[in-house]
Amino acid sequence: MITILYFARLRENLGQASENLALPSNVKNVEQLRLWLQQRGDAWQREFTKNDIRVAVNQEMVKFNAQIKDDDEIAFFPPVTGG
Amino acid sequence: MKIKIQTEDFDAGTEIKQLSNGNLQVGAIVSFIGLVRDINDNAKVTEIVLEHYPGMTEKALVKIVDDARARWAIVDALVIHRIGRLLPNEQIVLVAVASAHRRDAFDACEFIMDYLKTHAPFWKKESLGEKERWVEAKVADEALIERWQQKKD
Repeated sequence: MITILYFARLRENLGQASENLALPSNVKNVEQLRLWLQQRGDAWQREFTKNDIRVAVNQEMVKFNAQIKDDDEIAFFPPVTGG
Repeated sequence: MKIKIQTEDFDAGTEIKQLSNGNLQVGAIVSFIGLVRDINDNAKVTEIVLEHYPGMTEKALVKIVDDARARWAIVDALVIHRIGRLLPNEQIVLVAVASAHRRDAFDACEFIMDYLKTHAPFWKKESLGEKERWVEAKVADEALIERWQQKKD
């Protein structure tokens, strides 16, 4: 299983903050997960085609070619706006 | 190093005093306080809500302060960032850096703040009376990061 977290605009537009998911067999990296999530419907398609989304694996910001494996925590979010 | 994420307000005077308390090598403390503005992108802001990524936020801030320590001679540093609902004029963030000499504290404080704005997982949502909107990241903030990366080379 992997855990996926959604923050800010993504959390609102996707209607959920987190989920646990059996890692699909053809998903080896973040980019493949992004494409897989896009197929879930309109809101997913819209959010996951936006080119501003950022990703963290196990709480560290990574690029979309980062590998993912079972038990990872993956978070998708828009550019940060703190401070 | 002190890193705190909290809903309640902070007293900058107390925090800054504690940073140098009993540490005789501290010759300079530089601090920055960020406040909620009442106008953003030409619209009147009635309140903001700050969301963050618990766990990652703390790690990201520790890394930013560690990176600053690697570049400058810092004696100690603190970051306090508030979350939740905040009104215009309320304090959002305090960054303070203590060092032996002022230059290190000035530069490190600015560096920490620039990286916090672009690398720490916080998101602001503004209320504009009836309407709400997520605050958009500023391209200018990314440019400030490039400036630090160039300075390193």
